[in-house]
Amino acid sequence: MSEERQEQVGIVLVSHSAAVAASVAELAQGLAGGGAPVPVAAAGGTADGGLGTSAELVSAAAASVDRGAGVAVLTDLGSAVLTVKALLAEGDELPGNTRLVDAPFVEGAVAAVVTASAGGDLAAVEAAAKEAYAYRKE
Amino acid sequence: MLDADFFRRWLTAAAAAVDREAERLTALDSPIGDADHGSNLQRGFAAVVAALEKEEPPTPGAVLTLAGRQLISTVGGASGPLYGTLLRRTGKALGNDAAEVTGEQLRDALRTGVEAVRTLGGAAPGDKTMVDALVPAVDALGESFAAAAAAAERGAEETTGLQARKGRASYLGERSIGHRDPGATSAALLVAALAEAAGARAEAADV
Repeated sequence: MSEERQEQVGIVLVSHSAAVAASVAELAQGLAGGGAPVPVAAAGGTADGGLGTSAELVSAAAASVDRGAGVAVLTDLGSAVLTVKALLAEGDELPGNTRLVDAPFVEGAVAAVVTASAGGDLAAVEAAAKEAYAYRKE
Repeated sequence: MLDADFFRRWLTAAAAAVDREAERLTALDSPIGDADHGSNLQRGFAAVVAALEKEEPPTPGAVLTLAGRQLISTVGGASGPLYGTLLRRTGKALGNDAAEVTGEQLRDALRTGVEAVRTLGGAAPGDKTMVDALVPAVDALGESFAAAAAAAERGAEETTGLQARKGRASYLGERSIGHRDPGATSAALLVAALAEAAGARAEAADV
């Protein structure tokens, strides 16, 4: 009996800060716990290590997690959002099935990674990350 | 008619203006932004000039598309994808093949580019952004390049009295009033460079 191994959705975390992107990636993978490991890449800061967004780092991160099942991109704010949108509009800068997910950065990243780890497809990962907006703290 | 050389001169003049005004742009960006607008645009437009020299795109559309791509990749702040989208969409609207375009075609293409900026950033006129310089500039372009430059400058000046509704400055609420918007200011520089390229062309034609 051979069960076909399903490829996982890749997750890209784009923050103005390299440290924030890397830490949220670590947090989300840590909280995914015993699930299957998920390809997650951080694209934080500018290429020279400053605060900002690097289109090159975003493109490289997306390529590195693309297993053919789609790539979900989560961002913090401002230029991170606009850069990903501009790259998506460009057409050939990101893997074919890449989506910018409208979600809170930290909570959405955890939801996305856990869902991808459980074998969810791109639509399920996107839905789970978006749903994180509904998680109230009062 | 406007050829690839006209568009190269525009962007080269824009790069020079950004170089000249970088400190001012960053100073404007200090009270209401993160104090990197001048240096970000300097890096972006330097990359544009270098790419244009290296690749020598042969048509107006190709010049603008290449320049837009460079800005998206190299600026590092929100102005990169915004100006990048402006130039790329304008270039795409002009098409890759036409060796020359009319002033009217440029105006229509720029209108498409400005619309794309508005869609990408979600900003409307009055939100204290580059849109406040770009929209009146395109509207005045039917009159002349100089009128467009004057309209952009006036639009940028008028952002001083506005409250920011987009970007980091919007977090400041009413405290953003009284500061001239750096994005509208750099947008006015871009339009002034367009008028400069057109003026240089008229002079060259006179000789």
